[in-house]
Amino acid sequence: MSTMVRDTGTVFVRALRTSLRNPAWLVISLMQPVLYIVLFGPLLEPIAGQLGGANAYQVFVPGILVQLGLFGSAFVGFSLIAEYRAGVIESQRVSPAPRAALLLGRVLRDVLVLAVQGVVLVLVAVPFGLDASVGGVVLTILLVAVLGGSLAAVSYALALTLKSEDAFAPLLNTVLFPVVLLSGILLPMTLAPGWLQAVSDVVPFSHIVDGARSLFAGDFGAPDVGWGALFTVLLAGLGAWYGTSQFRKESG
Amino acid sequence: MIHARGLSRTFAKKRGRQSSEVKAVAGVDLDVEAGEIVGFLGPNGAGKTTTMRMLTTLLAPTAGTATVAGCDLLTDPVGVRRRIGYVSQAGSTAPENRAGEELVSHARLYGVSTADATARGKQLFAELDLDGLWERQPKAMSGGQRRRLDIAMGLVHVPGLVFLDEPTTGLDPQARANLWEHIEALRRDRGTTVFLTTHYLDEADALCDRVLVIDKGSIVASGTPDELKSSVGGDLLTVTSTRAAEVAGRMAGLPGAETARVDGDRVTCRVPAGGAALVALLRDLDAAGIEVTGVESRRPSLDDVFLTVTGRSLRDGEHPAVPEPAAEATR
Repeated sequence: MSTMVRDTGTVFVRALRTSLRNPAWLVISLMQPVLYIVLFGPLLEPIAGQLGGANAYQVFVPGILVQLGLFGSAFVGFSLIAEYRAGVIESQRVSPAPRAALLLGRVLRDVLVLAVQGVVLVLVAVPFGLDASVGGVVLTILLVAVLGGSLAAVSYALALTLKSEDAFAPLLNTVLFPVVLLSGILLPMTLAPGWLQAVSDVVPFSHIVDGARSLFAGDFGAPDVGWGALFTVLLAGLGAWYGTSQFRKESG
Repeated sequence: MIHARGLSRTFAKKRGRQSSEVKAVAGVDLDVEAGEIVGFLGPNGAGKTTTMRMLTTLLAPTAGTATVAGCDLLTDPVGVRRRIGYVSQAGSTAPENRAGEELVSHARLYGVSTADATARGKQLFAELDLDGLWERQPKAMSGGQRRRLDIAMGLVHVPGLVFLDEPTTGLDPQARANLWEHIEALRRDRGTTVFLTTHYLDEADALCDRVLVIDKGSIVASGTPDELKSSVGGDLLTVTSTRAAEVAGRMAGLPGAETARVDGDRVTCRVPAGGAALVALLRDLDAAGIEVTGVESRRPSLDDVFLTVTGRSLRDGEHPAVPEPAAEATR
């Protein structure tokens, strides 16, 4: 087990260093949440009442946090394809390191990046008028980090199977686009007609977004919170299982 | 160091609705002893890389067994991984990272401490003429430097057995010769066993104690480069003289000689032990007063060997007989 911890740490440190060595990536990943707040947030202020809360940012910021968790982690597979091309994955797979460590080290880097982005997003939203429960914000960022980690694991596994940006990009767009629209990330699904709400209910991410909104409002006992947490934990289990199985596969 | 029996790999191949099986490696037996440098020679698509990926635990064999560095390939892959180094064709470092950091983090995966890894890494950099490149990004290195960095990555945990997949492909002649020296030094200074694949005959000839010739997934010949060349049927003598017919007659009298061929004033003939035969022939011609303007005795090349055992020239073998999916994916 100690090898697992040690090798996860080694892979994590290397992955983080690779990210930090790329200043363009660092700026873009921190600018993204800021741009959402600055360029999209003000559009919601006049319709705050319709959104079901006195404070537009209390509804908007949790959605953006979940979106960050979705997009930030779904695209990490691209970096893995680049690493595969450079021979890094093969050279790590021929080492005695546990396959799960090769995955987990990278996922932890993505979780850390997500958490930092989430904190920046919330801090930027405060001067714009965000008013939310501090405990709820902390729990939401935690939820988003776990969600992002599980999606990152799935993204790595898919990238390792496909090994081609040309196949990976269309797959991501096909899956992510409807998910974002149906999860009520940008606008709450309470605004939707009945049939659309029914479809949305089937998408697990919509419950996570609702859960995050309840947490921001300080309503810790809301059923949404429980469902959101449950779906996140299920996704985490799925990501860990699928990701590790792909890293373990002795082929290709 | 390596003992493989019946090692095979079949790839399922789908074409439309029909699926067929492609035998990339069909029952390879091979033995490599400690301290040897053994070359796996064959054209592209012969199954070299597939065999190497099986022996390094990257690809599960569909049949057969193997012991690598004392560990069973199928039941103890982690033990194999701990004891071997593998230098693939694809490289081993991220282009934007610092060379030294990549080396140290790779060594950490083998349980080497950061301090030890740094010390060993710096020593390897010195041995492989990479002095001063510790902080350099691999993308800013020359092809030869990157290859040597890959080799350093494969050696940083001091394995007793190293696999080199096409180590000099894509390098200029000077960088190739330089890399050969480093590979020889591995065995000389560290006693490392080296198993390499190549499709260059001169490389196998210059480096290897033994050569295994692989074609269409099977080993078709093996032996020392000299043994393989002797199997071709001797050295090629060429004598140039205005009295070619007379020279041909006397050449035919050499012990074990094949029929001499006359082409203008050039006479060629294969004889065993060409050097000694040439001395005898020249004395004979001199005594008979036959003037000779040029002589040559050429050892058969591994290309001649390949032609003899497969009926094809290695240089014509550029059309892969069997697709090698692993190699394609990394290209």
